[in-house]
Amino acid sequence: MTDWYMLLAAALFTIGAMGILVRRNALVMFMCVELMLNAVNLTLVSAGRALGSLDGQLATFFVLVVAAAEVVIGLAIIVAIFRHRDTASVDELSELKG
Amino acid sequence: MTIDYLALAPEIVIVVTLLGVLSLDLFLPRRKKFWVATLAVAGTALAAVPLIFLAVEGSTRSMFDGSFVVDSFALALKGLLLVGAYIVLLMSVSYIESDRYWQGEYYLMILSSLLGSMVMASGRDLIVLFIGLELTTGPLYLLAGWRKGDIRSNEASLKYFILGVLSTAMMLFGMSLLFGLTGVVGFDELAAVVGDHAAEPAMVLAVLFLFAGFGFKVSAVPFHFWAPDTYEGAPTPVTAYLSVNSKIAGFIAMLVVLYLALPDLADIWAPAVWALSALSMTVANLSALRQRNIVRLLAYSSIAQAGFMLVPFAAAAVADADLAEGFSATIIYIAIYALMNLGAFAVVIAGARATGSGEVDDWAGLGRYNPRLGVLAAVFFLSLAGIPPLAGWFAKFVMFRSVILTGGAGPIALAIIAAVNTVIAFYYYARVVKAVWLDPVPEGAEIPEQRAPAGSLSLALGLTTALTVIIGMFPAIATVFADASQVLTAAGG
Repeated sequence: MTDWYMLLAAALFTIGAMGILVRRNALVMFMCVELMLNAVNLTLVSAGRALGSLDGQLATFFVLVVAAAEVVIGLAIIVAIFRHRDTASVDELSELKG
Repeated sequence: MTIDYLALAPEIVIVVTLLGVLSLDLFLPRRKKFWVATLAVAGTALAAVPLIFLAVEGSTRSMFDGSFVVDSFALALKGLLLVGAYIVLLMSVSYIESDRYWQGEYYLMILSSLLGSMVMASGRDLIVLFIGLELTTGPLYLLAGWRKGDIRSNEASLKYFILGVLSTAMMLFGMSLLFGLTGVVGFDELAAVVGDHAAEPAMVLAVLFLFAGFGFKVSAVPFHFWAPDTYEGAPTPVTAYLSVNSKIAGFIAMLVVLYLALPDLADIWAPAVWALSALSMTVANLSALRQRNIVRLLAYSSIAQAGFMLVPFAAAAVADADLAEGFSATIIYIAIYALMNLGAFAVVIAGARATGSGEVDDWAGLGRYNPRLGVLAAVFFLSLAGIPPLAGWFAKFVMFRSVILTGGAGPIALAIIAAVNTVIAFYYYARVVKAVWLDPVPEGAEIPEQRAPAGSLSLALGLTTALTVIIGMFPAIATVFADASQVLTAAGG
């Protein structure tokens, strides 16, 4: 049973990682990161349940809190960029090179 | 469960300071924001008092089922992080004031980040390590974009953020697999059981994910793409913090996990560390050669220095030798790098004001019209290059000594790569010194009026110069970090 959860988590993680690589909208990239973090949560919870250890559930709470904090930071940065350019595409941002 | 408040005292002082900064900022009118800065600087200095007390007393204190340990290794690193943050705060005072930044929040962010890295230095399980690391980097995403009106600062912040959270996700996935395979999160427990799972493919995956996550945090090649852009776009004191404190934090995380929790899996990670070290030195040094902007040059230099730092540890790991020797050489390198790199950034801030530019070519002749700053520029850039009697030579010496003592094909090959890179690095560090002292002042250049740097910046310059020169003359001081890291071995690492 746990194997299936693990496989699902690995699939979610891969989808998230691919999303970051191919999508160019900062908001969508950001959603992909959330997908990856949730894959982590799924792994932690299912492993914790299979092993009968509470550490997995405990770690999940911390991951959730950190993910929430990162949402705030990420949206703040995206809003700051929107004030200059009406776009969230990362390709439009290329002032720094070399 | 009892809580040992004395062991937590340095962190408690920082927490009280950052809450004080937050509330003071609410009540002070705009013109008196200076006091917020004063409080932040004073609080950071005050946190050193319990730290020194604990270090003198010298016992190892362990809390929360061994997941938070205060031993001499943790204390030495916390001391280094405090000194780094103190100097960065000194550099920030006049910089932040002059550009009308959001001062109160700025100091709050720096202090939060410092708190995270200090907690991490004591963390002895994956969860504490992860929380500490995230508290270290979270505020830095915002600080990188602190010049809100400047699109380049926004870009710096977005690039850092996206790659930062991506690396967090990878690191966490590695941790979750590690937990799934073993069922434990404490480093000691992990070290006891990981050997039994060495052959499982999922374990290889877990180690590689963890490793890639840490690679991003320390901006080592091939995970370095964000660093030059972020360093250039961020305000300069923040860049100094990124290249020193945040890098130390990343290194502690990586080294402590590999050394304390996964020593039995060295077969998996040793070649990766070796490659990371060799690539970081070579790629970053070659890229640094064609940089014109001095902050970008320092960005590539700090990536290359990260490669140098890993050399002793990587060499000990590939040779399957005792890791303790390589580990302490790496820690000494990190400590010395921190001091001289902070000095280099303080010079960049003062120099940008003295010349009105951040391009190396525009610094030509700086030594003629501002000899004091010219001397300091020479001190720090030559120290980074590893010229005696400045501190940098000892870092390089310890590095090569450790590798040669280890012996064997892998380590010697790495030593040769490091030696070639030391020469390449000398070229671009020396180019800055040549511009400052040998090149004539460019014709028609408008030299701003020369004023002495602000008191706090002068103090930062003075402290870093003193430390760089004294450690260069009396390198025995730096070996305190080596002695401190021996505790870990004694503790069964």
